[in-house]
Amino acid sequence: MKTSLVSVMWVAFAGNAWAQSLPTPVPESEVFSREEIGHALSAPTPEAGHTAANPANAPQDDGQWTMPSKNYASTRYSSLDELTAANVKQLQPLLSFSLGVNKGQEAAPIVADDTMFIVTAYPNYVYALDLTKPGAPLKWKFEPRPLPASQGVACCDVVNRGGSVDKGKYIFNTLDGQTIALDVKTGKPVWRTQLGNINIGESITMAPVVADGKVYVGNSGGELGVRGWVVALDEDSGKLLWKAFNTGPDKDVLIGAEFKPYYDGAKGKDLGVSTWPPDAWKIGGGNMWGWMTYDAELHALYHGTGNPGPWNQLQRPGDNKWTAGIFARDPQTGAAHWFYQFSPHDQHDYDGINEQILLDMPFGGSMRKVLVHLDRNGYVYVIDRKSGEVLSADPFGPTNSTRGVDLKTGRPILNPDKETKLGQTVRNICPTASGAKDWQPSSFSPRTGLIYIPHENICMDWMNMQVSYIAGTPYVGADVHMKAGPGGYRGALTAWDPVRRKPVWSDKENFPVWSGTVVTGGDLVFYGTMDGWFKAVDAHTGEVLWKHKVDSGIISQPVSYKGPDGHQYIAVLSGVGGWSGAVVSGPVDPRDGSAALGFVNVMSDLPKYTTAGGTLYVFSLPH
Amino acid sequence: MYSRFHTSWALGIAVFGTIAGCARSPHPGEAVAAPSPPGAVQGVIDSALEPGVSHTLVTTDPRAAEYYDNADAVGTGKRLFQQYNCSGCHSNGGGGMGPSLMDGVWIYGGRLEQIHQTLVEGRPNGMPSWGGKIPDKQLWQISAYVRSLSLPQTLQANTGPTPSQNPAPVPRSAGQDTGWAAPPDTTNDYGATLAGPNQ
Repeated sequence: MKTSLVSVMWVAFAGNAWAQSLPTPVPESEVFSREEIGHALSAPTPEAGHTAANPANAPQDDGQWTMPSKNYASTRYSSLDELTAANVKQLQPLLSFSLGVNKGQEAAPIVADDTMFIVTAYPNYVYALDLTKPGAPLKWKFEPRPLPASQGVACCDVVNRGGSVDKGKYIFNTLDGQTIALDVKTGKPVWRTQLGNINIGESITMAPVVADGKVYVGNSGGELGVRGWVVALDEDSGKLLWKAFNTGPDKDVLIGAEFKPYYDGAKGKDLGVSTWPPDAWKIGGGNMWGWMTYDAELHALYHGTGNPGPWNQLQRPGDNKWTAGIFARDPQTGAAHWFYQFSPHDQHDYDGINEQILLDMPFGGSMRKVLVHLDRNGYVYVIDRKSGEVLSADPFGPTNSTRGVDLKTGRPILNPDKETKLGQTVRNICPTASGAKDWQPSSFSPRTGLIYIPHENICMDWMNMQVSYIAGTPYVGADVHMKAGPGGYRGALTAWDPVRRKPVWSDKENFPVWSGTVVTGGDLVFYGTMDGWFKAVDAHTGEVLWKHKVDSGIISQPVSYKGPDGHQYIAVLSGVGGWSGAVVSGPVDPRDGSAALGFVNVMSDLPKYTTAGGTLYVFSLPH
Repeated sequence: MYSRFHTSWALGIAVFGTIAGCARSPHPGEAVAAPSPPGAVQGVIDSALEPGVSHTLVTTDPRAAEYYDNADAVGTGKRLFQQYNCSGCHSNGGGGMGPSLMDGVWIYGGRLEQIHQTLVEGRPNGMPSWGGKIPDKQLWQISAYVRSLSLPQTLQANTGPTPSQNPAPVPRSAGQDTGWAAPPDTTNDYGATLAGPNQ
């Protein structure tokens, strides 16, 4: 498509603001209020029932933590209640273990059969620690030795979001595009399947979902013109069972007779081709690098799709199906059941790959089977997971790129003032490219009925630039500079009531909250900060009850488990990095605000607060 | 679709790349002296550690000469840096997917022939190889721009959060560098001291 090289007009930024001083936050007047733009099909009816995950998706807690999301419902709720608001002040570090890798650690420690499994950022070491012995000694370490060159196609640090234990195997992905199953006893590979090709920019950073005898995996590469896909592998052999692309003709997307989208915008033949300029879908992104969710109750697989490429929206007129949306598929065949597009023709890098929490929830006077998805574009979507109908969409952070979601058509209402332009900087777009929240997963407590959302308060300036596709290199075409949202703080932990459609409390943080959250039966929420604090807050009020400073910022997924001694333990990985922390974990210069796709502009002070690291911490009460 | 990569200049670059890639190990008993006469050592030496010699060997490539003190080279290099998506990884010099190029730290050497060699061969931790894919003259121009990013003159010309917009020509003195890092008069020393948040 873009065979000619087009000169790029550079625009020098006015003023003398040196990138080491932070940019001025976006004023409050620039964003819409929640009441202005939140919409729902009906008023809240909390009296109609108790919100909880179905037992098929969230079975009774066995005290283990075998998958990053804790259960298929993705509640990240641990029913253990030894730790409470009354005693959490006595929580103390029990052990730490160096991961030997000082890059962004995004994984959840996995606990199964009294063993803890951890996969690190590239080079994706896997450790198995024996929890039955003092100090949790190493049982084995596995080095998958991914291609070093894969570091060059990882858009946003060389992270890995974890593995899962099932049927005696620990299953994880490598940066260079492999899925590997290790024998949990020996650490030896049972199988390894090469799925990605770095020479076209593919990598894998997501945590595979293991369910129903299959392993579900998707690729990364939305910033390198990689065509997104998801696959199912046989859990026993690693053999490919099906592959569905997220752009292109229906036969590639596995759209057929079973496809019954709720909204008209997703109906029609080969929309994955016709909503793009000729052939642009072949390099159009739509990658699945975040959270897939298996629904054991309805036998469905839900997965979001990433941003369309390139970021420069002017090079790809059209809705760019099936990017920046969510599919429901038949887990057996991959056949699509429905699709909903959060951000048709996305202009702001709003990937649709964040978590979905599967809940039975009162809505419109009756109990509905919903998924709650907290999108990069800033909205909490409550979606009927049988039909794909959006029941409500409310902003959970500062928003001005859209003026709400039209629930008749399902389409967001674009704010023309924040549409991006070629060679011209559009200022103060909220939320920023990494979203009101990024991949970092929320948790849900059936005790409080609240969702604990780790998120950002960041906006951006954006200028489109013409970009050529060169295989294996970034295909972005945008000059982005991020800045804090209204109030100047850059992150928050917000407790959100999905039934009443509003926040209950919110704890502000100086830096983006880039760690996941876990909520416990003792009504505590645990999360980490990028400047290295690990915190416990009251699930009802948000009051900080305990905090502990660790060696490096935290961007991983904390977990809660029952040890062999029957006591409750909390585990988390430190190791700052990721897209937001690249200014510390990568060889990145804070003087270039456009570095790390514009994130450095708003994070240039992070090196003053933390350094690169990578350590497992386990906490418990003294006993 | 990407026919600009399929032209005849590719051959010459490929040959150079091959030679450069296999010429690191000194032969036993071979006299080593510094600076080496042209042609005595094939390829470009990256390492500042040269066993047994009193001072570091420097390999020079006569093709580099014309890109020093050359404002046109850095200007063109800046445009090419964008067009070939170098900026996708290295941003405006601050890095991201790839390392910063404006901090004066040169993992594989900061003389023009060393940067050029890096572009031709690629590097194992993620730098693609461009030999045979981008015309050699353009690789030299990109090398000049890359070297310019950490020059004090270039840094001083930066006025906002988008650096490297006014790249200074690379002075010939930058080509005299024999060490792992460039000499003090051609590099900035940012990062030597970092004040904490409350300082």
